[in-house]
Amino acid sequence: MTYLANMTRRESDPKIISTGRSSLRPADRVVRNLGWFSIALGATEIAFAPRVNATFGLRRSSSLPVIFGLREIMQGVLCLSVEKRVGAWSRVAGDALDIAVLLNALDRRNPKRENVKLALASLVAVAAVDLAVAASLRPARATRPPQNYQNRSGFPQGLETARSQHVQISSQDGSALSIEERRAQQV
Amino acid sequence: MKALVWHGKEDIRYDTVTDPEIQDERDAIIRVTSCAICGSDLHLFHNFIPAMLPGDIMGHESMGEVVETGRGLNGTLKKGDRIVVPFTIICGECEQCRRGNYSVCQRTNRNKSIAEKVFGHTTAGLFGYTHLTGGYPGGQAEYLRVPFADATHIKVPDGLSDEQVLFLSDILPTGWQAVVQCDLEPTDTVAIWGCGPVGQMAIRSAVLLGARHIIAIDCVPERLEMAEAGGATTINFMTESVVERLNELTGGLGPEKCIDAVGTESHVTFSQPDTIYDRAKQMVALESDRAHVLREIIYVCRPAGIISIPGVYGGLVDKIPMGLVMNKGLTIKTGQTHVNRWTDDLLERIDRGEIDPSFVITHSVGLEQGPEMYRVFRDKSDSCVKVLLKP
Repeated sequence: MTYLANMTRRESDPKIISTGRSSLRPADRVVRNLGWFSIALGATEIAFAPRVNATFGLRRSSSLPVIFGLREIMQGVLCLSVEKRVGAWSRVAGDALDIAVLLNALDRRNPKRENVKLALASLVAVAAVDLAVAASLRPARATRPPQNYQNRSGFPQGLETARSQHVQISSQDGSALSIEERRAQQV
Repeated sequence: MKALVWHGKEDIRYDTVTDPEIQDERDAIIRVTSCAICGSDLHLFHNFIPAMLPGDIMGHESMGEVVETGRGLNGTLKKGDRIVVPFTIICGECEQCRRGNYSVCQRTNRNKSIAEKVFGHTTAGLFGYTHLTGGYPGGQAEYLRVPFADATHIKVPDGLSDEQVLFLSDILPTGWQAVVQCDLEPTDTVAIWGCGPVGQMAIRSAVLLGARHIIAIDCVPERLEMAEAGGATTINFMTESVVERLNELTGGLGPEKCIDAVGTESHVTFSQPDTIYDRAKQMVALESDRAHVLREIIYVCRPAGIISIPGVYGGLVDKIPMGLVMNKGLTIKTGQTHVNRWTDDLLERIDRGEIDPSFVITHSVGLEQGPEMYRVFRDKSDSCVKVLLKP
């Protein structure tokens, strides 16, 4: 990656020698990977819906894989966006929904019960990862109590003095006119 | 040298890179003594501004000491000079520079042909920004090459501290130009959306330029507190209706002058449903900017009023009510800041003690803490308003 980045540099512009620590936290990288995983899984569910139905013993015409596939893709997009916290929590909610549906498919009459059990076991594992990632994606932690900025006027001589010093500046050329001069011009 | 380098969305790294070299006789190299993270750096951090490439050095607010000069500077700069570097690179000679329209300098964008295709015409080269504006390495680094250095600098006296003068590079003239563009009258009410660093500078500029009443809008308590300290009446949009409150404060007439110091990333909240709509579209690349503030301004601005937009927008904005703009006779003024048009005056004001822009600094840390500080600044945590970095 560093090599590719350096290839795009102009000859005399600085090039990367070695790369240091990043603003990305480990959880940010995991959620990004989960985002791509969601999109791939969603696309697979949509593309192979009849096979998914057959694997879990659902009705062949069930549209559940397509609906859940679209949901997975939306979750993936959220995970890859700046709103990745929402994305991570949406994955947790999606996991809960998936588990509920699969529990329903654990019926003794379902000939594919073993497949459902296997899928449930994997889902629980993925849900645990999702939960851990979502919980760790908090905003940057405050290192000090809320600060008081009431004394930060920016005017060393005080606000009232600043108010009394104003002049009018022309937006055309930046030249300065006092309010009185401007009024005289308008007259 | 060490530098903060963009590697992708939300991925800024503290890298070791090769030192910059003189490339042209009008170049100078400075040892950066102070630099800062700007609100528009966050748009790059989030990858909302197109044409960033991995390996780009961040930063367009920096200052330092000249350590090397090209042969073509004709005595304008010499080793040891202390300069602030404006974020816009200017030649000082083209038609636009001669008119003082420095941010649309016709010569300094080294990717001129791409800019002409995308923007219609070229604009000035900018430090540490997209390749549409030249892709120049930025100043969040130990050293910075300053192209066209004979024109692109603000010499500062030794008596003033880095903290006092650094913001001449961007946020102070940006806030100043935003207010000047409003063509203030002594009876005017100015409403300013966004109490980030540019909003804070716009508030102080409005005071110095004689606004009768200044109203500042945000949702971060510490920022609203800072705005009040600067002389503004504040509105917290999370707890009250901006439109109702503005009308109440202006006798139902609306503010004559409105400033959008927010730009492309309006705060997303369920109390402003259009922000959810924009965010969803932005996520799937159907829109590049969240323009809630602009819509609100157009709605609430007094007929025949002026809207000034210093906030950065990246590309395509959806659902802008042009019918209101037209029927209310509103004037919209915007643009990157013509930094050098304002800095002589502003430097004098700082020197005279009329304004001290260092009030906005809430965090001063070493450059090595840059990657973490991007997150702190983005999350507005730790009462963060402005981050100063010391290489």
